[in-house]
Amino acid sequence: MTPVLDFVPIWTLILGAGIFFYVLLDGFDLGVGMLYGLAPDVETRNIVMNSIAPVWDGNETWLVLGGVGLLAAFPLAFAIIIPALYFPILAMLLALVFRGVAFEFRFRDSPHRSFWDHGFCYGSAIATFAQGMMLGAFIQGFEVEGRHFTGSALDFITPFSLMTAIALMFGYGLLGAGWLILKTEGEIQAAARRHGKVCLIAVLIAIAVVSIWTPLMNEDIARRWFSWPNIAFLSPVPIATAVSAFGTWRALNGKSEAGSFIGAVLLFALSYIGIAISLWPMIVPYHYDLWEAASSARTQAFLLVGTLFLLPVILVYTGWSYWVFRGKVRGDGGYH
Amino acid sequence: MELDPVFLSRLQFAWVVAWHILLPAFTVGLASYIAVLEGIHLFTGREIYLRISMFWIKIFSVSFGMGVVSGVIMPFQFGTNWSRFSDATADILGPLLAYEGLTAFFLEAAFLGVLLFGRKLVPPWAHFTAALMVALGTLFSSFWILAANSWMHTPAGYDIVEGRFVPRDWIEIIFNPSFPYRLAHTVTAFYVTTAFAVVAVAAWLLRSGRFAAEARIMMSMTLWLLSLLVPLQILIGDFHGLNTRDHQPAKLAAIEARWETARSVPLTLFAIPDEASETNRFEVDVPYLASLIVTHSWDGEIKGLKDWPREDRPPVAIPFFAFRIMVGIGLLMLAVVIVSWWLRFRGRLFDTAWFQRACFLMAPLSFIAVLAGWTTTEVGRQPWTIYGLMRTADSVPPSLSGAEVLISLLGYVVVYLIIFPAGVMVMANFVRKGPDSIESDSPIESGRPERPTRIQIQSEGESS
Ligand code: HDD
Ligand code: HEM
Ligand code: HEM
Repeated sequence: MTPVLDFVPIWTLILGAGIFFYVLLDGFDLGVGMLYGLAPDVETRNIVMNSIAPVWDGNETWLVLGGVGLLAAFPLAFAIIIPALYFPILAMLLALVFRGVAFEFRFRDSPHRSFWDHGFCYGSAIATFAQGMMLGAFIQGFEVEGRHFTGSALDFITPFSLMTAIALMFGYGLLGAGWLILKTEGEIQAAARRHGKVCLIAVLIAIAVVSIWTPLMNEDIARRWFSWPNIAFLSPVPIATAVSAFGTWRALNGKSEAGSFIGAVLLFALSYIGIAISLWPMIVPYHYDLWEAASSARTQAFLLVGTLFLLPVILVYTGWSYWVFRGKVRGDGGYH
Repeated sequence: MELDPVFLSRLQFAWVVAWHILLPAFTVGLASYIAVLEGIHLFTGREIYLRISMFWIKIFSVSFGMGVVSGVIMPFQFGTNWSRFSDATADILGPLLAYEGLTAFFLEAAFLGVLLFGRKLVPPWAHFTAALMVALGTLFSSFWILAANSWMHTPAGYDIVEGRFVPRDWIEIIFNPSFPYRLAHTVTAFYVTTAFAVVAVAAWLLRSGRFAAEARIMMSMTLWLLSLLVPLQILIGDFHGLNTRDHQPAKLAAIEARWETARSVPLTLFAIPDEASETNRFEVDVPYLASLIVTHSWDGEIKGLKDWPREDRPPVAIPFFAFRIMVGIGLLMLAVVIVSWWLRFRGRLFDTAWFQRACFLMAPLSFIAVLAGWTTTEVGRQPWTIYGLMRTADSVPPSLSGAEVLISLLGYVVVYLIIFPAGVMVMANFVRKGPDSIESDSPIESGRPERPTRIQIQSEGESS
């Protein structure tokens, strides 16, 4: 069958959006998990954890969708990238296990309370760190022969990937702080504002470093951004980033409760777009582009039919469940 | 000694999937049970059903959480350790797994929050709907994952283009020959397993003399269900076996430890299959029975393993024993069910100590039956990942070394040996406390509210 329609652009969009949702949603709850480590007392920890307890499971589901979506729509990318990231993926998965069960076990297994407390906090931190390394390794590209990864399992460790790993920790920290400002009041909120500021500064430094380092590493990327007329078309990206950063800072310092979260989301969106511009149209950087890695048109069509119908439905009921749990979280047993 | 990445990857996959399957085995059934209890409560208003439901919801939340974390690991296994398999089959299996995510996981995740924490935040009908949706989600999940798994056993509806499987007909792919049987058999297994777990808890509560009213309802309801499902399960198992005879005869030969193709084959109850000499030792046979069971005729022919070259044969001992463990437990279950009829008839169902002890033992056994069933199925598929088409040995990434898999395997072993016992302990604690009156279990020092959250509703002033 010769494909009548090219489904690759739409799948790129869907998968891109799916991965972005994951980064955003699990990003804030991993961030909350890390900030949990800074909470001074049990009462605060309870509130911090309760702020994400009803939603973390749904947030993590986007990771599954990102993974199997990549498998279904761009199998070659899945088959090369996942084995190349063998150890960071292992670390992420094991860390997510500890983090996930901590929600249940922390309270129900009180003899080992502090073990699960640590599991929750370090689990969140390690998962984030591992994801940051994956991001760095992905931008740097992999060693590939034919349809396989042929490098070594430790290739992912580079100065660049260590830098992106630390950057992502601050980034998720910023999202988490934004979330806590939304969901809490009083002293906890004030602390979240303080932590948010530290994270924001670190994030801005990281964005600057990546923006300089990536083009230095790769000439094509440098040419894409800095040649004329691209530089004119692409200049809104850095400008919008600067504006968002300023807005986030204002919101963190001011009274706004939603501002910092929205600002953090914008910063993530812009960084994401920046990376997409650098790598387009590669999906296995510097080896295969989106079309070469795509699955058959029948596969993509079959999945598209359901996805176009189901994705909006999912968004609606996910939105509903967030709505049910709207408002501030409290730590006492006060409500009901 | 050379560490073999293929063998270690198989070990790792078996390890993570076996733990994972224990949770669906419990949560699929429990989700439906909770939906039923919530429904009865909603429509009759009887409070005792609410108490039972809340009791099980607590246990459910723990096992569901563990199901999620162990499940998230699964799809990544396909990439980290079976990337060549993924590359070859993704055009077919990818969408099936993706549909599992889209139809099942999101449904479960979104409505789970409401089920666990939202009782006071939404109207009763919405809470009941959430329970139904979670149950539905677990069933969708079973549907898609078993479609994918069955396709690996009995591939259909595909073309092979440049060494990769591409779809030709999606209906044939999803409803491949072994799928209906595997789906029916597995989902029934899940309901049976959960039902035995519920019966065991009820029996234990009765023996400890607490919460008798709740325990009687649980026990009576579920034993009725089992009266239907256990015989049904055996029937479906029989059909499943016929299907295996038609589509995977080498697996069947391994299950029955048959070496020579023959007619009027005896059923080997026990033996030590010896692959080197291609014979069985210490055989205990029942004449004609294998032919009767597998072909439904006295002189039906069963193929022997010698019909296949050695490199195409599955291991024999593992499927042989695993199958006997599963069927043995199935027959024990049937015995328990029949005894329960007799006790019910005599009016002694709730106060027969030895029966309660027996019920208590059946719970772990039913989980073992599930694992034994899967072991039969999956080991019997060897040496293929895609039956007859793609070898397990050709499925791992070329870059992977044995030492690397050993590290990851050890990681999974250590973490699971911490997590799963802790989870079982937490659930056992709930059981020990029993379906306590709803209020008494206030979370004094809770990290997470027992029930509805500390979320303050600002707009609706619903603070009862
Ligand atoms: C509560 C659990 C349970 C019980 C009591 C039984 N089974 Fe089972 N069996 C399973 C749980 C299970 C399972 C876990 O669901 C398996 C593994 C994969 C599958 O499709 O079902 C399975 C697989 C399985 C297979 C292999 C299918 C294949 O080749 O792929 C056969 C032939 C049977 N079963 C037959 C039976 C018979 C004749 C039983 C009657 C005594 C029986 N099972 C009881
Ligand atoms: C190797 C194959 C498998 C993969 C890749 C897999 C994948 C997953 C994933 C990713 C989750 C977590 C979903 C979430 O985030 O909510 C999950 C949970 C679940 N899986 Fe699996 N799974 C496998 C085997 C099975 C089988 C064989 C069944 C049932 C027949 C099953 C039924 C479920 C159910 C019902 C859940 C919901 C959580 C729970 O109830 O424990 N899975 N699985
Ligand atoms: C959930 C219950 C399951 C159990 C307990 C189970 C068990 C096993 C076991 C014991 C093996 C190792 C067999 C051997 O190497 O001798 C295996 C292999 C494997 N299974 Fe399953 N399995 C389950 C479900 C699934 C599902 C749902 C899928 C796919 C959708 C799947 C795909 C595989 C793959 C890819 C391998 C590795 C390759 C191979 O050894 O054939 N399994 N499984």
